[in-house]
Amino acid sequence: MTILVIAENTNLALAPATLNTLAAAQKIGGDIHLLVAGESVGAVAEAAAKIAGVSKVLVADNAAYAHQLPENVTLLIAQLVQEQGYSHVLASATSNGKNILPRVAAKLDVDQISEIIAVESADTFKRPIYAGNAIATVQSTASVKVITVRATGFDPVAAEGGSAAIEALEAANDAGISSFVGEELASSDRPELTAAKIVVSGGRGMQNGDNFKHLYALADKLGAAVGASRAAVDAGFVPNDMQVGQTGKIVAPQLYIAVGISGAIQHLAGMKDSKVIVAINKDEDAPIFQVADYGLVADLFEAIPELEKLV
Amino acid sequence: MKVLVAVKRVVDYNVKVRVKADNSGVDLANVKMSMNPFCEIAVEEAVRLKEKGVATEIVVVSIGPTTAQEQLRTALALGADRAILVETSDEVTSLAVAKLLKAVVDKEQPQLVILGKQAIDSDNNQTGQMLGALTDFSQGTFASKVEVAGDKVQVTREIDGGLQIVELALPAIITSDLRLNEPRYASLPNIMKAKKKPLEVFTPDALGVSTVSTIKTLSVEAPAIRGAGIKVKSVAELVDKLKNEAKVI
Repeated sequence: MTILVIAENTNLALAPATLNTLAAAQKIGGDIHLLVAGESVGAVAEAAAKIAGVSKVLVADNAAYAHQLPENVTLLIAQLVQEQGYSHVLASATSNGKNILPRVAAKLDVDQISEIIAVESADTFKRPIYAGNAIATVQSTASVKVITVRATGFDPVAAEGGSAAIEALEAANDAGISSFVGEELASSDRPELTAAKIVVSGGRGMQNGDNFKHLYALADKLGAAVGASRAAVDAGFVPNDMQVGQTGKIVAPQLYIAVGISGAIQHLAGMKDSKVIVAINKDEDAPIFQVADYGLVADLFEAIPELEKLV
Repeated sequence: MKVLVAVKRVVDYNVKVRVKADNSGVDLANVKMSMNPFCEIAVEEAVRLKEKGVATEIVVVSIGPTTAQEQLRTALALGADRAILVETSDEVTSLAVAKLLKAVVDKEQPQLVILGKQAIDSDNNQTGQMLGALTDFSQGTFASKVEVAGDKVQVTREIDGGLQIVELALPAIITSDLRLNEPRYASLPNIMKAKKKPLEVFTPDALGVSTVSTIKTLSVEAPAIRGAGIKVKSVAELVDKLKNEAKVI
């Protein structure tokens, strides 16, 4: 059994979620090949070769893959799977993995299993459905199992300790039907939401976008990322890439501090696997307190500056 | 330009679903069903394209049981011109749905296919991308802005770090994200008019598509319940607990 894992990368660096996806691959068992597709990805490939448990790094370095356009990358992956006969193809359930992998599955004429949170055996997996209100155990009889992996379900493998061979792939697939125009990425010195050890999130109780400065100050003191509930995003306080929840990012940090968040099911679906949850809300009946390890009923505009001073 | 929109009948998003006692699935008896929220956004986008004069005809399609006609009528009331139901009472995987939609695309030859990015029941987030593979169309998933210009469409996509803009050759597949638009409500006169709009019904067999699946659901369980902890009285007590009890800061 040989598993192909798609490395999530920015051409410059390997995304941390790849290490969680590799952990899922190790649970399935077998040889693990890691595919690095992109442009000028030499440094990424070298980092990939050092990851514990990877036996081979395949590098597809071509302008056609620079922006991970699914029309092009799909052709590369599908061809690779057909030639090499992989038993499994895994990608992280990031916006990129979700964009590409179902296209790969359909090209290979197999069903896909999305966002697994546990590996029961080489063909049986657990995944949340209905926004995490139910957990399904599913079994696949597909000739090749195509799977996206939710990072919070698996502890990352060690980024060091391996010495995999690096093999360059010649294939240059450009479908010629899509092109990259540009991107607007949020620039921040704070850690990335899904990789942060501590997350501070604000909800509708923040009242406006300007008030998020209190959360940024607290987050900077804690080395935390800042998130938001869908209510805060819908109200226009902060951009959508900060959204934590069923329709946003799924996080499971060591500490999650929910500030002015009522605790709608859709938000809980994105953070309930956090190790320790703190809720600060002036409404003592807010549902968020039902999942919080530590609840503080207080006006957040008094509590947050005080908390920032004391930590 | 003809636009095809796919919609799915799902449990209403306000319903708190319960797992059946025998762990065979989720209890759907006597539960309110609605159009998947992301599909509502897809329909709205098609209607706006028609209002702008970009789209000339909107065909709405659903794969599902007879009762999915309700959701198709809703889409017709919102502004779609005609509807197609591919009727099946079987549970169909995203791949099977994509194959059925491919058959409809072959018949209808749309320039743009708009779908929701995921259904809130199975949470798969697969169908649009799979249809892209089967048709070899370009794809703009998780769209928050769609602008058609000539034989191209520019799509702004919600990605993990922010936004990405891509230009796609038509025909193209678009999947809607939450911020693409805010769907309208159907007016009563439009609901009445929708009853007279054409609705065709096909079976998967008639379209020559097999819906056999390679995935079997072995069991469905309720998630582990997280118990409530304690209420602290002050910020100082909270900091003390986090430092000395939970040891997370």
